Amino acid sequence: MSLAIQARVAERGFDVSLEVAEGETLAILGPNGAGKSTLLDIVAGLLRPDAGRGEWAGTPLFDIGGRHSLWLPPHRRGISLLAQEPLLFPHLSALDNVAFGPRSAGHSKDAARATARTWLAEVEAADLESSRPGTLSGGQAQRVAVARALAASPKLLLLDEPLSALDVTVASTLRRMLRRVLATRTAIVVTHEVLDALTFADRVVVMNGGAIIEQGPTREVLERPRHPFTAELAGLNLLTGTGSAAGLVTSGGLTIVGESVGAGVKAAAAVRPSAIAVHAVPPDADNVVRVTVSDLEPRGDSIRVRTESSAAGGSLHADVSPGRAAALDLAPGAELYFAFAASEVSIYPR
Amino acid sequence: MDIRRSSTIPRWVIVVAVVGAVFVLFPLVAMTTRVDWPNFLVLITSPSSVAALLLSLRTSLAATAACVVLGVPLALMLARTEFRGQRLVRALVLLPLVLPPVIGGIALLAAFGRRGLLGQTFDFFGVTIAFSTTAVVIAQTFVALPFLVLSLESSLRLAGTRYEAVAATLGARPTTVLRRITLPLIFPALLSGAVLSFARALGEFGATLTFAGSLQGVTRTLPLEIYLQRETDPDAAVALSLVLVLVAVLVVGLTLRTSTVPSLVRRGTS
Repeated sequence: MSLAIQARVAERGFDVSLEVAEGETLAILGPNGAGKSTLLDIVAGLLRPDAGRGEWAGTPLFDIGGRHSLWLPPHRRGISLLAQEPLLFPHLSALDNVAFGPRSAGHSKDAARATARTWLAEVEAADLESSRPGTLSGGQAQRVAVARALAASPKLLLLDEPLSALDVTVASTLRRMLRRVLATRTAIVVTHEVLDALTFADRVVVMNGGAIIEQGPTREVLERPRHPFTAELAGLNLLTGTGSAAGLVTSGGLTIVGESVGAGVKAAAAVRPSAIAVHAVPPDADNVVRVTVSDLEPRGDSIRVRTESSAAGGSLHADVSPGRAAALDLAPGAELYFAFAASEVSIYPR
Repeated sequence: MDIRRSSTIPRWVIVVAVVGAVFVLFPLVAMTTRVDWPNFLVLITSPSSVAALLLSLRTSLAATAACVVLGVPLALMLARTEFRGQRLVRALVLLPLVLPPVIGGIALLAAFGRRGLLGQTFDFFGVTIAFSTTAVVIAQTFVALPFLVLSLESSLRLAGTRYEAVAATLGARPTTVLRRITLPLIFPALLSGAVLSFARALGEFGATLTFAGSLQGVTRTLPLEIYLQRETDPDAAVALSLVLVLVAVLVVGLTLRTSTVPSLVRRGTS
């Protein structure tokens, strides 16, 4: 492992231990206040944890709470941070912003500018080199900021929701660009966008309340979530319980029919909302769950029906067409039946 | 100014505001009526007047430089660090703002005067500070420093530390961050703070008279000269006063112009 961090910040209830391999891109998913930015600040050296150790390829970054306290300041870590806002230095041109890292590393003005031009070209912003940050659009500024972070030739790149301040079309262009530059680099990307994790990351870590609640290869975590929050992010329904011969039995006593993972094993079942059919009377299906509508939410060309089910032991949601919603006379409080085939359920040990 | 836009303000407030503006302006206008215009140039170019004006400009510039050298680190320490007793330090640094200047002069005598705490140390090295031009600069720096610190500290807090954090993660050492990021970002505030300090130094009277005395060409700055001339040659005093008013107007004008610089930087047109 190349980066190994273990840190605690009592005030924020933060306690995390994390490793990132060289060349790997790690995505950190989690709701606001989960401690994602705190983690990045600690790695970058902008926030000092109460206790913990951090090292890069065997070289210590910090060691606090031990016998010999050690703290490497941010400028000696070789770790660049790209934030949600570009934070381009307002008094420098785009070119000099990008040249700032090489200049700080001791290169001559001309050499630094030559490096900066290469990186501006890399992010397709060569034509912006003499622009002042105040005249750039959000997408242009963020591209220059990416070039600036890369020009400092960091061994580790930290990205804190780099696309969330941009509008959708600009974000998708930049997402493609980031995918290209991150492919060969060691990076940590904080995001609350599943698409970002799928695009950039080899591995995801899901955080909540200052702790890591699950982690693993991106696809595995998103297809087989173990935690309701992860399921919510991945857009899946999650039912938890114990494995049985038929499939899985929830804590509410409901049997979910699907492939068996062995009786008595702690297990979870995931179902896509679009695989669920909604009925007013119990239909004939492998799995039928009685639910109470709690909320209706328009989602493009469909309506998301959010429900509570005591038998399933939590909330379930399904997507229906507006016509179907009208036919069912959907309203909060209505009783419905969710039906789905055994083949649509993914059951796995938890 | 568009009067209709201020329609939410009660009319009586505007009346009082006009009285306030007149209160400030009227005495200055009144002074110009007392100026002996035919002899104005002769009065302000007398050897003692010219000596006083040049001394004032020289010492005020030196004091401004001293304020910048001492004030920038002070403001940085107050805005960017946290330590025990910080509020106390801030209050003490700003004390000369509210202290009667005469008291400042007495305090400076106690510290640097011939019989002051450090006076004998300086004497040992053959340096006598009290009643020298150096003393004038010290007195002016003492009263003008808070203006610079105040202006810089608020501007530093406003600018925040985010650009500095980014610069550090790009590999810039703290001194590089200070030189290439922090100082350029607060430059407008530094400029207006320096101009204010210069103005305060230029008008310094009480501390200078107490600590430096009134020797023509050595410690007698323009305000001291004006005060002396008032007894012997009131016309000269009024003429010199007008000169000082003009310098002050120039300085205020400069400050107002520099205060528009930050918005220019943000728009990136500077």
